[in-house]
Amino acid sequence: MGKLNIKINGKDFEAEEGSTILDVARANGIHIPTLCHHPQLSIHGGCRICMVEVKGLPKPVTSCTTPVTKDMDVQTDTPVVIKQRETVLELLLSDHPLECPICDAAGQCKLQDLTHEYKIKGNRFNGEKRKVPVEEVNPFIRRDYQRCIQCGRCTRVCDEVRGIGAIQFANRGFNTKVSTAGDKVLDCIFCGSCIQQCPVGALTEKPSKFKYRPWETKQVETTCGYCGVGCSLTLHVKKNEIVRVTSREDGTLNKGNLCVKGRYGYEFVHSDKRLTKPLIRKNGVLTPSSWEEALSYTARKFKEIKQRYGPDSLGGFSSAKCTNEENYLFQKFVRINFETNNLDHCARL
Amino acid sequence: MSNSLHDLDEADVFLVTGSNTTEAHPIIGMQIWQAVRHKNKKLIVIDPRKIELTKYAAMHLRQRPGTDVAVFNGLARVIMEEGLADLDFIKDRTEGFEEAKEVIMKYTPEVVEKISGIPKEQLIEAARIYGKAERASIYWAMGSTQHINGVRGVHSIVNLAMLTGNIGKPGTGVNPLRGQNNVQGACDMGCLPNQFPGYKPVNVPENVERVEKVWGVKVPAKPGLTLTEMVNSMGKEGGIKGLYIMGENPMMSDPDLNHAKESFDSLEFLVVQDIFLTETAELAHVVLPATSFAEKEGTFTNTERRIQRVKKAVNPPGEAWEDTKIICALSKEMGYPMEYPSASKVMDELASVTPIYECVSYEYLDKGIAVHWPCNSCSIDRTSCGTLIMGTPVLHEEKFTRGAGKFMAFEFQPSTEWPDDEYPLILTTGRNLWHWHGGSQTRKVSSLNERSPEPYMELNAADAKKMGIRDSEEVRVSSRRGEITLKAVVSDRPTPGVVFIPWHYKEAAANILTINALDPQAKIPEYKVCSVKVEKTGGGQKEANRYSHYPG
Repeated sequence: MGKLNIKINGKDFEAEEGSTILDVARANGIHIPTLCHHPQLSIHGGCRICMVEVKGLPKPVTSCTTPVTKDMDVQTDTPVVIKQRETVLELLLSDHPLECPICDAAGQCKLQDLTHEYKIKGNRFNGEKRKVPVEEVNPFIRRDYQRCIQCGRCTRVCDEVRGIGAIQFANRGFNTKVSTAGDKVLDCIFCGSCIQQCPVGALTEKPSKFKYRPWETKQVETTCGYCGVGCSLTLHVKKNEIVRVTSREDGTLNKGNLCVKGRYGYEFVHSDKRLTKPLIRKNGVLTPSSWEEALSYTARKFKEIKQRYGPDSLGGFSSAKCTNEENYLFQKFVRINFETNNLDHCARL
Repeated sequence: MSNSLHDLDEADVFLVTGSNTTEAHPIIGMQIWQAVRHKNKKLIVIDPRKIELTKYAAMHLRQRPGTDVAVFNGLARVIMEEGLADLDFIKDRTEGFEEAKEVIMKYTPEVVEKISGIPKEQLIEAARIYGKAERASIYWAMGSTQHINGVRGVHSIVNLAMLTGNIGKPGTGVNPLRGQNNVQGACDMGCLPNQFPGYKPVNVPENVERVEKVWGVKVPAKPGLTLTEMVNSMGKEGGIKGLYIMGENPMMSDPDLNHAKESFDSLEFLVVQDIFLTETAELAHVVLPATSFAEKEGTFTNTERRIQRVKKAVNPPGEAWEDTKIICALSKEMGYPMEYPSASKVMDELASVTPIYECVSYEYLDKGIAVHWPCNSCSIDRTSCGTLIMGTPVLHEEKFTRGAGKFMAFEFQPSTEWPDDEYPLILTTGRNLWHWHGGSQTRKVSSLNERSPEPYMELNAADAKKMGIRDSEEVRVSSRRGEITLKAVVSDRPTPGVVFIPWHYKEAAANILTINALDPQAKIPEYKVCSVKVEKTGGGQKEANRYSHYPG
């Protein structure tokens, strides 16, 4: 691929041949708003919010679909494109329920952000709104297509990235909606990639409903504790409780994609069945005890057995669930304190 | 994995065997699908079951469970016969080829068809696709290894890669998919009876000295018992009397659970450190409350040998302690005080006794650098996608760890138990998408439990018809070791004569049925083949649960 020079807002930039105006703008920190565009997905060009003006072309063009050409001269924020974006937003809002106070996406909604950025007040297109019932049948994904802006990112991620194709656009015009085959209840792998792609609150995590507002949470970057792939997780935590799990797209092996266990399998952390006190079997029954008692009793019993039967009568099973640091200390503990190599973990199981 | 996920899609051909990747390693399954769909790569699946991958595979070879050694020998023979072997690679990089060839040449496509049931034309075609590929990678999981000839099966897979020079380059390699988040790390850390951290044999004086120098005490140099051997020794003269278990639930994961229970019951003293009162903890004399992955600092090492950070997000409940704190406190009581101000300091110490982790430290990990062991240099590279990399994403580039790659070919050996009149079906166990392992975590997640609420057995439609069993009907499955009752899911996923049971559900634990037969070298149980019989309970057809397995 060759290089060529283009101008954006009067400044010169070097661009890869074949890249789009949006690519070059993003690479150089120039803000152009988008709704339907995502770097992992095929180009859609449907939302029309990324319009820019190009010198010599009669009308504004969508920056996400227009390849750069030699000496192209682009303006990203002319009065014409700003007016167009305002109109696009008004049109979207004319068919979008303004229930932001009870929407899980509030505070992280692109439509909300753009409405604020372009100072949209009032609406010239107010009228009838679509009526699409909310589907909450499955335990994972709340599908409220009344809030949908039909950017198609969910259908594309499902088809192009996950290979499932569980959802697609159905119907035409005003009746267009995202639907399953035959408009049946959604049954898919529930990976939640569609939720992560949704720029508004049409798709949200059902278990997280009414549990948090985005600004109330802290985010902790960690690694998934299920299979050996090692996907990166972002735990959203409110008041010592994990309320949502997402994943970063940059610099992670899973590029923001998770499976159903990675995205939803965190509830066990807060289960009321968690052990909260050491237990010692007394008269055949496991009875709560203090740490002090449990530790000294345990150490005494291990020492007794070692003395009576020799070190090889003791053994330790560590865990493929635990961290490297824990496993390292565990084997060190067994080798030093038990004086045996009777040591293994669940690798074979 | 000899290779990494950074270079996965550089393969032209993927050979996946003994792995239901889409359900057990979903993100790798997704990446293989993307390579097939978007980059026109070819996929060969060798697996008895119809799985999601087989929908877009160029070829699906359905062998009889337990016959992998014959199949891979057969593939190797076709590759040699057709002149597709990489003779330069064999000459420059390997040894033992001539001896191996003698065994391999016995496995003609006709012989393999007789043993495995794979039509010879399919075997030849698959060998051609793999053999002609510029770059081909092999992926496998427990479907290949959980057999009494698991080690032999893996050797025969590795032979195929060496025979075609598919090792040491991006998009090639021999890539076992590790089933648990940190099974790689637990092995790396020396939680093994014969190896210190970094796979250093315990009976080599130099290795003993390395750890003794850092730990400041004498350590035993005699190899110990594996997990399965320890369980088998319990209750016997000279066997295990006291056991310390951290974060493991053998009363779900061990084979032949009735036997396992007898073993654990015979212990004089059992300590279980866990986050739940698991089936194993219920048998313990002392239970120590520990922390989940979200409640502590540390690292996991994934299937591609990449070391990644685990961070504390929430406080542990009640008086639960971090596992490191418990181990250190208990060690102090035992007379060897251990103290570490932070997990990062533990990493610094373990890096000093684990040569493959030499340059690993939180300083690099916290910057988001992809650190793959062996990591003996702090130099940082950048991949074509801009990821920063330290260490060794692709193993065996110039030479193998042992020098020359050794061909090891073996004769096919039948499984311990084979169907007979009394127990006419083969049982094979595994995972589904919705739950994980013994289920102590996922069965406590309401959404996952709603989607997959109960145990089930996949039964081939032809077998079901013969036995008069309808879909969703309750059946009793029994082996020589025990019986369970669960629902039959009639489908074309298992081959006729084979039933599949996911082992996540304690109310019908599949391991009550499995056989306690071990691979003589790896001591891995033969979870993938044992014989069972299936009978109707008369409990009738339960409410159809359309949610039992993979959608579609």
